[in-house]
Amino acid sequence: MTAMLEVKDLTKNFVKRLDMAGKIAQKLGSSIREEVVHAVDTASFTVDKGEVVGLVGESGCGKSTLGRMIAGILPPTAGQISFKGVEFTSMTQEEGDAAALAIQMIFQDPFASLNPRMRVEEIIGEAPVIHGMTTMQEKANYVGETMERVGLGREYSRRYPHQFSGGQRQRIGIARALAVQPEFLVCDEAIAALDVSIQAQVINLFMDLRTDLDLTYLFISHDLSVVEHISDRLVIMYLGRIVETAPTDELFDKPNHPYTSALLNEVPRLDHRGIDYEPVSGEIPSPLDPPPGCHFHPRCPHAMDRCKAEIPVLREIAPGRLSACHLNDG
Amino acid sequence: MNDSQPTLSVQNLETHFFTKEGVAKAVNGVSFDIAKGEIMGLVGESGSGKSVTGFSIIGLVDPPGEVVGGKVLFNGEDLVQAGEERMRQLRGNRVAMIFQDPMMTLNPVLRVDTQMIETVLAHDKSVSKDEARQRSRDALGQVGIPSPDERLKAYPHQFSGGMRQRVAIAIALLNKPDVIIADEPTTALDVTIQGQILYEAQKLCRETGTALIWITHDLAVVAGLADRISVMYAGRVVEQGKLDDVLDHPVHPYTVGLLGSVPGHNTRGQRLFQIPGMTPSLLKLPPGCAFQERCPRVDGACEADPGITHPVDGRNVRCFHPHLEEAAQ
Ligand SMILES: Nc1ncnc2c1ncn2[C@@H]1O[C@H](COP(=O)(O)OP(=O)(O)OP(=O)(O)O)[C@@H](O)[C@H]1O
Ligand SMILES: Nc1ncnc2c1ncn2[C@@H]1O[C@H](COP(=O)(O)OP(=O)(O)O)[C@@H](O)[C@H]1O
Ligand code: SF4
Ligand code: SF4
Ligand SMILES: [Mg+2]
Ligand SMILES: [Mg+2]
Repeated sequence: MTAMLEVKDLTKNFVKRLDMAGKIAQKLGSSIREEVVHAVDTASFTVDKGEVVGLVGESGCGKSTLGRMIAGILPPTAGQISFKGVEFTSMTQEEGDAAALAIQMIFQDPFASLNPRMRVEEIIGEAPVIHGMTTMQEKANYVGETMERVGLGREYSRRYPHQFSGGQRQRIGIARALAVQPEFLVCDEAIAALDVSIQAQVINLFMDLRTDLDLTYLFISHDLSVVEHISDRLVIMYLGRIVETAPTDELFDKPNHPYTSALLNEVPRLDHRGIDYEPVSGEIPSPLDPPPGCHFHPRCPHAMDRCKAEIPVLREIAPGRLSACHLNDG
Repeated sequence: MNDSQPTLSVQNLETHFFTKEGVAKAVNGVSFDIAKGEIMGLVGESGSGKSVTGFSIIGLVDPPGEVVGGKVLFNGEDLVQAGEERMRQLRGNRVAMIFQDPMMTLNPVLRVDTQMIETVLAHDKSVSKDEARQRSRDALGQVGIPSPDERLKAYPHQFSGGMRQRVAIAIALLNKPDVIIADEPTTALDVTIQGQILYEAQKLCRETGTALIWITHDLAVVAGLADRISVMYAGRVVEQGKLDDVLDHPVHPYTVGLLGSVPGHNTRGQRLFQIPGMTPSLLKLPPGCAFQERCPRVDGACEADPGITHPVDGRNVRCFHPHLEEAAQ
């Protein structure tokens, strides 16, 4: 069976261009150079139909960049993305358009991602009319049904985004994505900005939609308890690279990669009381200048000489489990 | 000063905002005590009044806001009555606040070393400049800033958001104050950096006896750090008590709902409990209990203000029908 989504060696570099002063300094012989951020570095993974895959990692490790490439709103530097077995760059115009609708992204900040001058009716109804999912005459009804699906009353359709609460605005963002009948949702910190009690409402909504509409998710979050709650499988990233993937239960029971273990140790949990906190060991590296070899070696309690020179390959360590650590070479 | 006296005692604090649309009672009769070395978690949804409580304690409420009632006793001295001169002496020195927005602490046009050295010298004039620099450097190292010597020479805009917050935290820790109010300081940080900050905060409380108020909407962080917890809703503390008591046996319907809605280890794939509705506007609060529109236990009695009901053993709650059966088990 081909996976619904397959990402292979996907890479994105951002070049931070020199400003005028920098260019002049360079002409005058300064060693100043353009800085390259390896935001995503040869990432490979798959998502099966109907699956919820959680993507986890520290801030700045490349999660959003990866998500945006999959959603087709950021061109990769290298590597391939295939949707239902067809690689993005080899799609016909028609296939490309269909994939662009089938993969929708939901963003963190429900306010910034909604046009403040458009009524909810337009925000949700515009795209489906253009793409022929409904007609101008049917639009009001179509929008109303979509709003009800995400728990918003259809009587609110004439309002503007600022007239809603944070949780309601996130529902509008979700309704806008659902209105084009997607198959795959990339949710980037989709509940991070919401209050705890509202987060629960939106998490429940995502789970209901999965069953009702047969959706597949890539769920990006830095909050491990949320990801654990809704994901079947997890992908762990560190400084641009995927370091481990495993089914959620197995990953929590028996993490393989030392970074995953460190991460699980740090997650605050309601039932972890009276902790004696410990300082982070080792330097915290910058994505601008990641350490050579295994990116995690300056902080890894098991680091060996080899780790400082050789990049560990992400490979299968058990059925359905991948990890990138030299310790697995025995 | 005697030892049994709390470092900070907030009594019936009321802070109102006099806006065009009406009076918002952002802090509406808040009381709590914090002893030397104690850590209190102050939790609640956004808009419940956590930050304004913090601003009121350190005397930084600006118009249209005003502290209209209550006391803030710091080692017995009422800060509500203290003049601006006295507050300036105390702020950043004996009482410090770490703000949600680090730029409230940092001056954008001054280098980090200038700001930090000034903070040290303002507190203790007998310290030499070199010693002050050394202390500043160590403080940056403590909050996990790599290459602190170089970083000292930078301006705030040269740091990422997370690093700016760490610098602001370092400044708050510099003079080992008696009270620190930390307002969601780690919300934007990674869990590993957050662990580092929690380590430094805890060390300060244990070694120096600093009393700490940790404001957050993240109950899990409070669970690991705090000794006691106060839960705010619409300007009031609705439940307060020892950490384990409140987390294991919440009695206020809001606390019960809040805890039920947190995803945990054993809830995977299940529907989470959800509190219906949303936080009410402070301008349109119903008379009586502010939680009544969302409360599963509401009845006619709740149209009156519950006040503090059932005070037992350092624990109190504002509710006519608390979950006492469960707590008794
Ligand atoms: N347009 C851009 N130009 C330059 N650098 C960028 C750009 N977008 C992202 N980056 C850099 O790429 C890296 C990965 O960023 P990304 O937004 O993917 O992180 P993230 O994992 O989503 O982090 P967060 O959890 O904070 O959202 C970071 O170092 C970031 O500074
Ligand atoms: N400058 C201001 N003018 C008017 N209302 C304010 C102002 N600052 C805060 N408030 C109101 O006070 C209430 C409590 O705010 P705050 O303490 O910031 O909440 P939080 O619990 O999220 O920290 C909110 O309803 C907020 O809108
Ligand atoms: S490869 Fe080496 S440094 Fe990297 S995680 Fe494994 S043991 Fe640690
Ligand atoms: S006083 Fe009444 S409405 Fe308020 S929390 Fe208690 S039971 Fe609910
Ligand atoms: Mg991101
Ligand atoms: Mg606040």
